[in-house]
This record gives sequence, C-alpha cells and structure tokens, in this order.
Amino acid sequence: MDFAFMRDAFLTLIGGVPLTLNLAFMAVGLGAILAMLLALMRMSGLKVLDWPAQAYVFVFRGTPLLVQIFLIYYGLGQFRPTLQEWGLWVFFREPYWCAVFALTLNTAAYASEIIRGGLQSVPYNQVEAARACGMSGILLFRRVIFPIAVRQALPAYGSEIILMVKATSLASIITMMEVTGLAAKLISQTFRAVEVFIVAGLIYLILNFIITRIIMAIEWWLSPHLRRPPAVEPRLEAAHV
Amino acid sequence: MKFVKTVGLALLGSALAMGGAAAQEKTVKIATEGAYAPWNFTGAGGKLEGFEIDLANDLCGRMKVKCEIVAQDWDGIIPALTSKKYDAIMAGMSITDERKKTIDFAGPYANSPNGLLVAKSSDLAKIPGTGQAFNLGSQQAAAEKAIEAYKPMLKGKTVGVQTSTIHSNFADKYLKGTAEIREYKTTEAHDLDLAAGRIDAVLADSTNIIGTLEKPEFKDYVMVGPSITGGLLGAGVGVGLRKGETELKKSFDDAIQAAIKDGTIKKLSEKWFKIDTTPRS
Repeated sequence: MDFAFMRDAFLTLIGGVPLTLNLAFMAVGLGAILAMLLALMRMSGLKVLDWPAQAYVFVFRGTPLLVQIFLIYYGLGQFRPTLQEWGLWVFFREPYWCAVFALTLNTAAYASEIIRGGLQSVPYNQVEAARACGMSGILLFRRVIFPIAVRQALPAYGSEIILMVKATSLASIITMMEVTGLAAKLISQTFRAVEVFIVAGLIYLILNFIITRIIMAIEWWLSPHLRRPPAVEPRLEAAHV
Repeated sequence: MKFVKTVGLALLGSALAMGGAAAQEKTVKIATEGAYAPWNFTGAGGKLEGFEIDLANDLCGRMKVKCEIVAQDWDGIIPALTSKKYDAIMAGMSITDERKKTIDFAGPYANSPNGLLVAKSSDLAKIPGTGQAFNLGSQQAAAEKAIEAYKPMLKGKTVGVQTSTIHSNFADKYLKGTAEIREYKTTEAHDLDLAAGRIDAVLADSTNIIGTLEKPEFKDYVMVGPSITGGLLGAGVGVGLRKGETELKKSFDDAIQAAIKDGTIKKLSEKWFKIDTTPRS
C-alpha cells in the first residue's frame, strides 16, 4: 500500500465530486417531482391514470439502470434525424443530459412507490380529526397528510438518495468523468486498481456519510413527538417535604 | 462419519490426480479485448475472432503449448495480468515506455500508423496531410509540423479516443486545449457516437479505422490526416507479459520472429487489415 500515491489519487478523484453530486441532485430533484406525479396517479383511483403509472414503475424498476443508460444514450443516438426534427437532439446529444435523464426516470420509479407508501400510511383518524376541524382539500393535504407522509417516507427516501449517489458511477460508461470515471482513467494510466478503487470507495463513503447525517437531522426535526421532552429541574423545596 | 471420510479422501485423491495431469500439458492463457475489430472482436456466433486470434493460435502451435484465449475489458487488462488471471495479453497493445514500467513485451508482431475518421460531408474531410507518413520518433520535427498544420481545423470540435491508449496519449499531448477530447471505453463506443453525430472525429489506429469503414453505416465516412507512428505512439504492437517471465518471453519472441520470417504475419495482416502491418526492424 503506497500512501503517497493514494493521497495523489485522492486529490485527482476529488475533482469528480462536483459532477457526481450534480448528477445525483439533478436526478433526485427532477425525479421527486415525477415521483410525486406518479404516486398521485396511482392513488387517483382512475384506471386510465393508475395503469400507465403501474406500467412505468414496473418497467423502470424491473430493468437494470445500466441497460437504461445504454438504451437512452446509444439507442436514441440511432434516431438522430427524428429527434432533430422534434428539436430534442440538442438535449440527447450531450452525455450529461442523457445521464440525468436516465437517472431521473429510474429514481422516479422507486421514489413513487416510497411516496405512495408514505401517503397510505397516514392514519385515517388523523385525517378525520383534521376534517372535524374544518380542513379539506389542499389545506388538509398541506397541513396534515403531506407532513405525516414525508416523515413516514423519509428513511426509505434517504436510502434512495444514497443509492442515487452511487448510481451516478454508471454515468462513467457514457464518457462522464465523475469520481468513477476519473478512477478508471487513473487505473488505466497507473495500473494500480486496488489503491485507486479504495480511494474511490472512500470518497463515496464520505459523501454518503454526510448525506445520511443530513437526513437524520431532518428526521429529528420532523419528529418532535418522539423527542424526549426537555428535562424539568426538580423543585428544591419538594425535597424538603 | 466413516463414509464421509472415505468420500472426502477419494475426492481429494482425484483432485490431486487431476492437478498432476494438468501440470504435464503446459497451458498459456492469453487475454484479448474482443472489441477491437479487426484485431480481435466477438464474431456473430459469439466466438472471438480476428488477426490476433489467428496469430495466437499460430504462435502457440510454434511454441508447442496449449492456448486458451479469454476476453477481458481493456481498462483492467494490465492489472489482471499482473495479478495472474492470465499469462499474456494480445490485444492490439502498443509497446510504450509507460507500460514497460509495469509489464514486459515480446515482439512487436505488428506496427500500424494512426489516423482520423470523419464524415465525408464535414469540413474536417479536407484536413491536410492525408496520405503522408511520419515517424514521431525519427522525424519528430516533420511529424509535429504536420500535426500543427491540421490542428487549427479541430478548434472547437470534439474528438473521440479510446481511454488509456496511445491515441489518448497523443490527443492529450497534441490536441488538448484545441479540441474537446472525449474518452471511451471501447473503439466501438466512439464509432457509434461518431455515427450519432455526438463527436466530430475519431482518433484511432488506421487498421481499426479501415475495419470500421467496411461497415455499411460508415459509407459516408473517410480516413484523413497524416499517418503517424513511433514516438509516444510506441514501438509497434507486442505480447504483454508479466515481468520476470523470461522463458515465456523468449518462446514468444522466437515464435514471432519465425512467423515474420516465413510470411505468416504478412499473410494474416493482409487477410484482416487489407494492408501489410509486419514490423520492420
């Protein structure tokens, strides 16, 4: 184990962190919007909305992300004339947008199920209580259903975010030089796979450590009812009774 | 319990016997990439084919050993050799000083220049120097002048190369800053992106470009630019071996010399590349 080399490798690979985080957060952000839409479609009770959403989730959860990235990048590349006609080629020409697109579609499928689970776990008596207070429609959703659902879904959603940070490593196969892409390049220059991959793994570990802390903080903030109440100082005079 | 012991001993005995038998017939495991037509590629039937597959079989016959050819991704091909997953590499690998720090080479068994693959309709098709040959080692000044001559035309263009090849080294040294360099894991991947119009040119080995040009979807493409060998492009293509395996290196070297002498390499290279790539000493 050559520690001087590993320090150099660390400094090289750190250069890929902005792109890794950029891909992950773009995908999680855009994916969350799409996931919310899909979850609402599934819960609408209308078959015309429910079935397409179910089919979407089935396809994107049932196929490997690697295959999806390949299909979007190389597959759509073969339909260039059509895409150019529709004005979409500017978007699919860039490996960056192809990667964001594939990651977004993938995470939306998983996240929609997590959100649906969260929404369905809101106890009905709480909804009834809210209705008794005169809330309905958007106000009910915003004040009662949504906050409770988020709190329920957060642990699972946190895992999904971490999975996305790791999934960005697949973008390296379509020429994106994020952490894994830089690692592969460095290995091919130095032929030292073990050291470079240890460093790359360490970088992902650090990123995900920070992300899990943030998610834990949000969970704590959203769960005041589970926190221990502030300790009350025993009154001194009580001791003399 | 006794039964278990007996069976265990019997299994152990047969395993030892098999190990003994394998040691008598020497097997050399050779790795190739399987994605670098026409040097080595996976044919329609899923079998490995190409110049190096034919040559490997010929060399093994000369060396009187049994050969097993396996496919291995390019970017892990040297680390897997040093960790003894196989004994030799025949994957269009050029002999460079950088690689010699880690592994040894037998050969070379081929030497071919590089070139640029572009669309006939693009302005890059008019790049000067097409048809001229330069050696970066022995004619460095003239070769660099030829590169400088076409460099301005690449300004703002995107050039695809295979990662960790002599061509990516060439691009990093001579084209970086002028053109955007995009690195691919395989040459097939950069060919696909050239056809899709994501990149403007591919920098690769001329034999590889000739192979690509034979495909019907590349009928509107052409190879341009000066043919450059030597210097940082290495001293030809050789068999990669672990350091210190002098016996294996010698038998490969002898077999390659014999194959050059009797015209086998010329015949095979004309079969696969349409040109003679026999290295000249």
